[in-house]
Amino acid sequence: MHRITINGISTEADQNTTILAAATQMGIHIPTLCHLEGLSPTGACRVCVVEIEGAGHLAAACSTPVRDGMVIRTHSKRVREARTTVVELLLSEHEGDCQTCQRSSDCELRELARELRVLENRYTGEKPMTMIDASTPALYRDSGKCIKCRRCVEVCTGMQHVGALFPQYRGFDTTIGPAFSSSLDLAVCVQCGQCAAVCPVGAIIEQSHIEQVLSALEDPNKQVIVQTAPAIRAALGECFDLPPGTLVTGRMVSALRRLGFDAVFDTNFTADLTIMEEGTELLMRLRDKLLLKLPQVPLPMFTSCSPGWIQFAEYYYPELLANISTCKSPQQMFGAVAKTYYAQKLQIDPKDLVVVSIMPCTAKKYEAAREEMHSSGYRDVDYVLTTRELGDLIHLSGIDFIDLPDDTMDDPLGISTGAADIFANSGGVMEAALRTVYFITTGRSLPARDLHIEPLAGMEGVKTATVLLQDTVDAWKFLEGVQASVAVAHGLGNAAQLMDRITADPDEFLFVEIMSCPGGCIGGGGQPRFTTDAIRTARMAAIFAADEGKTLRESHTNPAVMQLYDEFLGSPLSSKSHHLLHTQYRKKQQS
Amino acid sequence: MAEIQTDCRTSTHAEPCREIDPGSVIPVVDEIITQYRSTRGALIPVLQSVQNLLGYLPKEILTHISRELSIPYSEVAGVVTFYSFFSTTPRGKHIIRVCLGTACYVRGGKEVLQALTRELKIKVGQTTDDHQFSLEIGRCFGACGLAPVVMIDEDVHQRVKPNAIGLLLAAYRDDDDQDRGGSDEKA
Ligand code: SF4
Ligand code: SF4
Ligand code: SF4
Ligand code: FES
Repeated sequence: MHRITINGISTEADQNTTILAAATQMGIHIPTLCHLEGLSPTGACRVCVVEIEGAGHLAAACSTPVRDGMVIRTHSKRVREARTTVVELLLSEHEGDCQTCQRSSDCELRELARELRVLENRYTGEKPMTMIDASTPALYRDSGKCIKCRRCVEVCTGMQHVGALFPQYRGFDTTIGPAFSSSLDLAVCVQCGQCAAVCPVGAIIEQSHIEQVLSALEDPNKQVIVQTAPAIRAALGECFDLPPGTLVTGRMVSALRRLGFDAVFDTNFTADLTIMEEGTELLMRLRDKLLLKLPQVPLPMFTSCSPGWIQFAEYYYPELLANISTCKSPQQMFGAVAKTYYAQKLQIDPKDLVVVSIMPCTAKKYEAAREEMHSSGYRDVDYVLTTRELGDLIHLSGIDFIDLPDDTMDDPLGISTGAADIFANSGGVMEAALRTVYFITTGRSLPARDLHIEPLAGMEGVKTATVLLQDTVDAWKFLEGVQASVAVAHGLGNAAQLMDRITADPDEFLFVEIMSCPGGCIGGGGQPRFTTDAIRTARMAAIFAADEGKTLRESHTNPAVMQLYDEFLGSPLSSKSHHLLHTQYRKKQQS
Repeated sequence: MAEIQTDCRTSTHAEPCREIDPGSVIPVVDEIITQYRSTRGALIPVLQSVQNLLGYLPKEILTHISRELSIPYSEVAGVVTFYSFFSTTPRGKHIIRVCLGTACYVRGGKEVLQALTRELKIKVGQTTDDHQFSLEIGRCFGACGLAPVVMIDEDVHQRVKPNAIGLLLAAYRDDDDQDRGGSDEKA
């Protein structure tokens, strides 16, 4: 324990505490810019400087640990002036067109200038050359807005282990971006959007589909239907200043209806469908290996719902591509089912059907644009809006979200079970799959309290569990006594760690869930900013509440999914399923 | 070490520098990587050795180094673009070195350099698109009395005037063998 004094108040702090953390604990707010929770401090911005008695220079609070006897001033005149200078210098090189900037409502630079009362800009000089990069389907970069805080570099390298972004060139010419300041489409980038989620300014944002969606809604010749990913309902409220973790499913449905969608459906429906397909696929692989003793059965099987993870594997683990489930993601299954089954049911020409999805994710924009995703004969999913974009669209349309009445999703593609809800959380796809696999093989529900496999929940980077298959039904007798050992990783850095472990011991796990974003989809790159671990935890709790609030909580009990099999697909892994719901992955060159 | 064919090994080559076929030099680059792999901060020494060998750092070689050392390509490029002594284009047929020693600097060396960057439309460390000229900063050529000094290949040009740069370069363009006006003394 160290005894320290901050702004005249003395307190005790742990050895390894930074000045920033100690001050926060005392209710003192030190402004920061480059600092990111959970990642190593870079000290790049110097906004957080404080005065330490006896030290000549101001110190960066985010990276300076406390020492015994330290006397610190966080808001002295000298400190305030230094911070103001830092912000003025940032503004002097910044293309600040706040009125027309996407980030004007949640821009940290703007907020900082306000907090520090930066009232004029004393430094006006040459601005660096700027470049717009709209080369990828998911992300839009404007280097003129970049303040070189390097948060995106830390996230892309430290958290995601991708390393698409790095400072290029030096001094005044420095840009933050891919190699040689080229465009993102030429880099190994998995489009996860975590960079866009942490960027304090409008330098990395999603490619907007708002205009296209508005045109489709206004086109009298189009039927426009919408699907909402499980993670949206636990986060959309934040766009309207509701506390994180407020479940807004009912209000979200109302808002979508008022926006003019012809039907409001749920990606949850195809999440349940995914479990039927993917669970069956896993069981087939287990049969091939354990009963038929075929050589080289690709196990462990990996989940395939997270398009960032798919690209990560295509770049870095091409030798394991066969292990990834061939199931398309719920978003893409929805598009394929909507433009075939649903269009036939309604007797509409699929070319007049527009499928819009609301996703917590930027990579879903990329996924929808992949050439494999045209199995209906058309582009299966036309437009993808992030949670943030839906928030903007609701604001734009003059809908008072807070006071909206609750509404419910439409039949049949709006019906879902609790198992689908938990797709939003890291560990959820695994739990949902085990609920159904356990039932298929034993004829009983998963013997876990509340159907939850506790070790798979929460923010731990890599999580593992085993489920004992007991008293199996006749068809699955060969699984009797099998300890189904499973693993879950979220965030691609954690995924890489788990992959190393699997490479070292390929037999340790049977089934592995990987999500690109920390916390799973609830922490996606398209969610309202700014996402912290506390906010992730709150959203996760809301998702579990949604699951527990449902009467049907296992995917195989979804009546609409069963009807889809009866009327159209036949059975899981049928040839029609294969055509519409499954796909394959290809190795990609790293750079 | 395997033998490679390149004209780019020295700065005073006679032929215009051609791009090398990256595939053919991979084995040599791999030898260099093996030599440094276990050292911390292997990237910079590897880049230096490869540049010394090839005269420049082709992008295909940089991606290879990135994969071999498991360092993201963006970071490799970040390092290459940070230091002006790394170059990703073959050096030009003529190497222009501007002395920015104290004497040359105060007597107009900086203006001469500005005139050169304007005229050639390249920055220090870069090569013109037609591969004719590379622009570098030189060490003191020991001709301080006649500053500012610019050295083009082996020719030392003294008391260079910024407004006469165009004329000076014209003599080297297209390799016509006219009198270049520089004194022949070797620096
Ligand atoms: S990034 Fe922030 S400061 Fe810059 S233009 Fe946008 S809102 Fe304004
Ligand atoms: S989208 Fe993801 S992989 Fe691509 S640059 Fe951003 S953080 Fe890196
Ligand atoms: S793009 Fe955004 S996060 Fe990255 S350095 Fe620039 S301002 Fe920071
Ligand atoms: S927040 Fe501390 S240096 Fe940027």
